[in-house]
Amino acid sequence: MSTTSYELSNIEALEAESIHIIREVAAEFERPVLLFSGGKDSIVMLHLAVKAFAPARVPFPVMHVDTGHNFPAVIEFRDEMVGRLGVRLVVASVQASIDAGRVVEPTGPRASRNQLQTVTLLDAIEEHSFDAAFGGARRDEERARAKERVFSFRDEFGQWDPKQQRPELWSLYNGRHHRGEHIRVFPLSNWTELDIWQYVESEKLPVPSIYFAHERDVFSRDGMWLAVSDVVTVMDDEVVERRTVRYRTVGDASCTGAVDSAAATVAEIIDEVAATRITERGATRADDRASEAAMEDRKREGYF
Amino acid sequence: MELLRFATAGSVDDGKSTLIGRLLHDSKAVFEDQLEAVADASERMGLGGVNLALLTDGLRAEREQGITIDVAYRYFATPRRKFIIADTPGHVQYTRNMVTGASTADLAIVLVDARKGVLEQSRRHAFLASLLRIPHLVVAVNKMDLVDWEQSRYEEIVAEFRSFAARLDVADLTFVPISALHGDNVVERSGNSPWYEGSSLLHHLEHVHIASDRNLIDARFPVQFVIRPQTDEHHDYRGYAGRVAGGVFKVGDEVTVLPSGLSTTIAAIDGPSGALSEAFAPMSVTIRLADDLDVSRGDTICRPHNRPAVAQDLDAMVCWLSEVGELRSGARLAIKHTTRWARTVVRSLQYRLDVNTLHRDEGADALGLNEIGRISLRVTHPLLCDEYRRNRETGSFVLVDEATNATVGAGMVLSAS
Repeated sequence: MSTTSYELSNIEALEAESIHIIREVAAEFERPVLLFSGGKDSIVMLHLAVKAFAPARVPFPVMHVDTGHNFPAVIEFRDEMVGRLGVRLVVASVQASIDAGRVVEPTGPRASRNQLQTVTLLDAIEEHSFDAAFGGARRDEERARAKERVFSFRDEFGQWDPKQQRPELWSLYNGRHHRGEHIRVFPLSNWTELDIWQYVESEKLPVPSIYFAHERDVFSRDGMWLAVSDVVTVMDDEVVERRTVRYRTVGDASCTGAVDSAAATVAEIIDEVAATRITERGATRADDRASEAAMEDRKREGYF
Repeated sequence: MELLRFATAGSVDDGKSTLIGRLLHDSKAVFEDQLEAVADASERMGLGGVNLALLTDGLRAEREQGITIDVAYRYFATPRRKFIIADTPGHVQYTRNMVTGASTADLAIVLVDARKGVLEQSRRHAFLASLLRIPHLVVAVNKMDLVDWEQSRYEEIVAEFRSFAARLDVADLTFVPISALHGDNVVERSGNSPWYEGSSLLHHLEHVHIASDRNLIDARFPVQFVIRPQTDEHHDYRGYAGRVAGGVFKVGDEVTVLPSGLSTTIAAIDGPSGALSEAFAPMSVTIRLADDLDVSRGDTICRPHNRPAVAQDLDAMVCWLSEVGELRSGARLAIKHTTRWARTVVRSLQYRLDVNTLHRDEGADALGLNEIGRISLRVTHPLLCDEYRRNRETGSFVLVDEATNATVGAGMVLSAS
């Protein structure tokens, strides 16, 4: 930063805005929680939370909504990061929701537990009486998200009503709510995928290994590479091949696709992201392809 | 790389979506899968050609009705700057959404259709931009291809707009003749307007000087959160976390904490990446003071000889945002200003402003949805505020309904005592 001209770079301005949002939540809510998937966005968000309260500890726990269909490298990473930072980890398990009969496991070769996460998430919010939940969603990801507020009100059923959003002006956030309602908070709203990677680079943040190019047995489905694993059934007409790929997003292993890539370092990922012509969700998420308003519909029900 | 936030206002017909689509497309911020989805949807809806408005209209209801209802945020970057577009609806019934998008913008683009000239809607958008004190206003005279790139038509519109803008408080007013559809003067200067000596719209967005828009004179630091680690290692650490809302704070500066009025000096400033010698707006930092004072959330740190008002009585311009209920004198509401919540009662409504004509209706007794007026407020606890014209952070507030918790009003301080 050049201190003589009193100017902030794009990344410094975004960092300042996010820290301000995180501190507002800590000051005004009784029981916030930070949703942490082990993906790059939640890594950046948790890192910003650490900065917001340093040298004190982050004054809220993190929660992982665990579908049970994970990439092992991501779970290892999650445990290492929360251990290093000394934050409390709450795991909300989709498997437990299935066992308790709260949701029914979908079947068939295209089955994914992704959709089930909403119930597990809302149950956990209620069980722990969380009144604010930080999410790592960004407005550049998807067009329904482009419309969402930084402080996004959820009613007692956890639902988002895009037509009844609270106007949000200046940096004055209204987090008032009644008991049983909660607020989703998106401190990374104004970051783009490229900003995230540039920040990962400049802050030297570790990220799970699956973000970097590696060899993997994959097969093509819906125009993306799905990894062969216990949670995916390869259909008869699908051909498994070994390719050099990486993941652009980290989600449920049954519906998150990989992309062809040789990017082995963060700098190479930045070059790749800057040149790509496909959005990250378009390239890698089967769940968004279900319909034109797939994300809006899931968000209304209480999805991340 | 610097960040520039700009707001666009417009409706279906004036080419706003085409212009945004053009900026995003030509800066390669529209992706193939997005274009494909838009093309599919356009075909399904029986539209001739690809409707770029579908890129920005993200909600089902918006696509069904073919209108922009809510603010959408869009992102693109050039090698010089990153841009955040607050894409807002233009119709009068969505004034509140436009005000929302305008509140944080550095620059506003108002579109004028070259065939139609300066309409009521363009005047309203310019007025709202000036009310929200967006420092830079760009008038994009669009559809110049449909008036054969006639210089005289362009000059006529510029003159008409200037005479209207003279009644507003606009610091920087720029005009660009464009064709959003064909891309003339959007990214590159066009051969169709040899008489136009200014820069292309994108060039202007990349180069307009925004660094001096911030108030770097009046040092203001509303305290957000008190950091006390209470660990062995940081046993005596007591830091005041917040975002600099104005001015510059330096280590060693003498400062005063309001409302207590007690003074001390700055012992240290901790930034996101370590110790700093100074902090300026809009940095998020933690300030440590030399003396142990009683400081808590809602207090403001400033300089001893440059203080905000400590006020319980405010005069303010207010935009009413709620469709349920009106703003009337006697109304009791919650108010959030910087990091402080309080309660307030509306003492009086002085006038309602017609956003199209700027006429002041002093006989009005209520403000309805999207209406703007001047009110007097009495607040339960003193607010540490400045006039909005001096500082958009310490001069703004929101009003909240205490029963529903809905945000129902947006206010800008005119005077405080």
